[in-house]
Amino acid sequence: MSENTTSISFTLNQQAQQVEVSPDTPLLWVIRENLKLTGTKFGCGIAQCGACTVLLNGKAIRSCVTPVTAAQGQELTTIEGLNDEHPLQQAWVDLNVPQCGYCQSGQIMSAVSLLNDNPKPSEVEIKNTMAGNICRCGCYQRIYKAIALVADSDEDQA
Amino acid sequence: MITRRKFLIGSGVVGGGLVLAMVLKKDPPLPGLRQDSFAPNAYLQITPENQVVFHYDKAEMGQGVITGLTTLIAEELDVHPSKIITEAAGVHPDYGAPVVGQITGGSMSIKDSWQHIREAGASARAMLVQAAANQWAVDISQISSSDGSLLNQITGERLSYGDLADHAAQLEVPESTSLKDPYAFQYIGKFDQRLDARIKVNGKADYGMDVDLPGMKIAMVRRCPHFGGHAVSFDAGIARAIPGVIDVLAISNGVAVLADSYWQASKAVKALDIVWDKGPLAGLTSEKILANQRAALRDGKIKELHSTGDVAAAQKNELLEAEYVLPFLHHSTMEPQNTTVLIDDGKAEVWSPTQAPDMVQSAVHMASGIPKNNITVNSMLMGGGFGRRAMTDFAHEAGEVAAAYPGTPVKLVWSREDDMQHDYYRPSSIHRFQGSLNNKKQLNSWSHTMVSSSVITSFANSLIAGVLPSATPNGMVKSMGRGLSSLVKKMAPIMEEGTHIPYVCENVAVSRAVYDPGIPTGFWRSVGNSFNGFVTESFMDEMAHAAGRDPVEFRLSHMQDFPRDKKVLELVAEKSAWAESAAHQGVAVHPSFGSFVAMVAEVSVEGTSFTVDKVTVALDCGRVVNPDIVVMQIESGIIYGLSAALKPSLQIKDGAVAQSNFHDLPVLRMHEAPEIEVHLVDSDIDPTGVGEVGVPPIAPAVANALFVATGQRLRELPLKLG
Ligand code: FES
Ligand code: FES
Repeated sequence: MSENTTSISFTLNQQAQQVEVSPDTPLLWVIRENLKLTGTKFGCGIAQCGACTVLLNGKAIRSCVTPVTAAQGQELTTIEGLNDEHPLQQAWVDLNVPQCGYCQSGQIMSAVSLLNDNPKPSEVEIKNTMAGNICRCGCYQRIYKAIALVADSDEDQA
Repeated sequence: MITRRKFLIGSGVVGGGLVLAMVLKKDPPLPGLRQDSFAPNAYLQITPENQVVFHYDKAEMGQGVITGLTTLIAEELDVHPSKIITEAAGVHPDYGAPVVGQITGGSMSIKDSWQHIREAGASARAMLVQAAANQWAVDISQISSSDGSLLNQITGERLSYGDLADHAAQLEVPESTSLKDPYAFQYIGKFDQRLDARIKVNGKADYGMDVDLPGMKIAMVRRCPHFGGHAVSFDAGIARAIPGVIDVLAISNGVAVLADSYWQASKAVKALDIVWDKGPLAGLTSEKILANQRAALRDGKIKELHSTGDVAAAQKNELLEAEYVLPFLHHSTMEPQNTTVLIDDGKAEVWSPTQAPDMVQSAVHMASGIPKNNITVNSMLMGGGFGRRAMTDFAHEAGEVAAAYPGTPVKLVWSREDDMQHDYYRPSSIHRFQGSLNNKKQLNSWSHTMVSSSVITSFANSLIAGVLPSATPNGMVKSMGRGLSSLVKKMAPIMEEGTHIPYVCENVAVSRAVYDPGIPTGFWRSVGNSFNGFVTESFMDEMAHAAGRDPVEFRLSHMQDFPRDKKVLELVAEKSAWAESAAHQGVAVHPSFGSFVAMVAEVSVEGTSFTVDKVTVALDCGRVVNPDIVVMQIESGIIYGLSAALKPSLQIKDGAVAQSNFHDLPVLRMHEAPEIEVHLVDSDIDPTGVGEVGVPPIAPAVANALFVATGQRLRELPLKLG
């Protein structure tokens, strides 16, 4: 059966993209399957785990419950779009944050969004924001420290 | 023998010494062998282009095994770990161990690899040195190695390992060589980065879920929610009409949908209209299971596991009695289960995030009929394992669907709901304790009787059959072949793991009755220790309080025969400022997987809610290979164990799991995580387990702290204050 598709255009990691998909398709699957950027992960599909977190105009969203139509004309950033240059990524490596690593793209994107909004978050602000991202390997203490390290450093925040 | 290496005979330094050659078997060919390389064994290849390639034969699920094993080979090879190219080993008889094969589990990767991976590095290095000695016409004593190259100490000439690869490949693998003395270690105990950290922060790490092949289709399965049930009939009309849906087909585990994309497949499986036969567990609930467990405790056939002294006689003293209740637990690896299979031309290629690639090979063989030697398995990175990925049900499903579509790569993906409702759960259990004190207020008797189902049944089935539908009749296990029965024997003590208390007590009896409700069960991080750690350390605490003594002092006074347990307990007491701290503290000690762990948890209570503020840990796991990864694993075990101890438990209703996703079966999140401080005991004893040992002591440490804070003794998990 032929599919009732829509054409959606947006900017992804600073590149113009256009996809033809069914309009109810979650952004997550467009990013992973159509655009082949697999750094953004699937964990729950119901906005509970944060593995699928990407930035929509600089703010963290759960791409598993965001229909692709919401991206029309907008700017998206995924983990790949940080180009390995974000200070949070370096802090993550320096503090040995990742274990299995599966949650970490989402953790980092949530943290990027947090620091975009609030470059000097308090402990409670960090923990409340990051409470939306599950890590089954239990890297929470290190994730917290990595964010605090970047927030406390004098270097600029991207 | 390489004489340059210092070989201290009888020095008492464990780990050094003469070792025997490991030679690569030529048949069957080694998967991933670079044809022109120097490959003295199945682990190592050195190419003329000076690439040093290490095939790690344990599965990376976050526990850091890539880094740990690479560090071992790097040490003896004299190449910095970060310069080694690491690749997951394929399935080959040169890897793994008899009976259990290539499975990664039991916190044994470093322990089991400690000797032979270093040997693999040492013998390769010896051959490179010999090749250089031949080329330079000097004695090997004139050659030294450092970070991937060899130096002619007479002429100052230098050759890289790659320069020598062709020549070394002509040499015989030496019959024996010697290992470095620990004092000379450059990387073991020192290198403390993770080799896989960078790819895990930039999105480049490839998990099973990320496999992408030309023409690949996505498969999903609707399984009978009721364990042991099956589909009687189904109407696929609506599902088939969903755009992108290619096919709907019955497989042994349910009804599968094949589609172009995940979203289409997920809509289609939901749209299937299936009539289920609920099977033999219809109507079963968690409450009924508990009632049946109590009945088994009262009337069932109780089998003694181990005992000393005469408990019955000793129990004439005043008795303390307690009953503990523990629930089923789900694994919930962050990455839902999946496997990709391409069947073409009588061959199969498999991409699977698995703890057991050889069992995945068997599973795909069983599902497709393709002979095992025509099945290549690519072990993908795993988004968590925790024992779940020792099972191969998902690979079997992928094999079945792929067999129906030769030439089409099929990625079979589970949703989170599938994952939570079709797990192999940590069995629920109940435990009855009776204890008595002597007139010195020391333990006089200790009796522990438990009722639980076995975790071996499902695994054994999967091992034989490459897995059948969940909850296959247990009778199957009885009809197993010899290899399997030896495996079962080997694993039989699993339910008693952790019942051997690290305390001197003259009269001990531990026994068990089996009641199997038919819920599929499996290995859940720390397995038997996960429940026995909680019950033994809670009850020991009860005995301490009954004796009117300090819980640490009471434990220490029984540890004269358990020096390593004693040491970690003393260390954790010191580091946590036990008895001086104003915080409500609880302690637990639980040796497992050859290692020794003690924890002190601090809680604060407000009404009926509480938080775990801090956990201090002392660990003796023998010699440490990567100190920070050891600490990470303890942190990880604590959070995993705490999640199970604090969060609502999985409930069975009508023979099915009542919950479905993180909203109704929540797990621990950052704001609920305690501060964790880990102290390692310096040791030169060979390494022991780390990946699971942090799990068992956390629940009792917290329960014991809650008793101090509130006077309430919580004997049921998850912990709830009344
Ligand atoms: S996959 Fe989107 S929040 Fe879990
Ligand atoms: S690192 Fe494994 S889930 Fe977070």
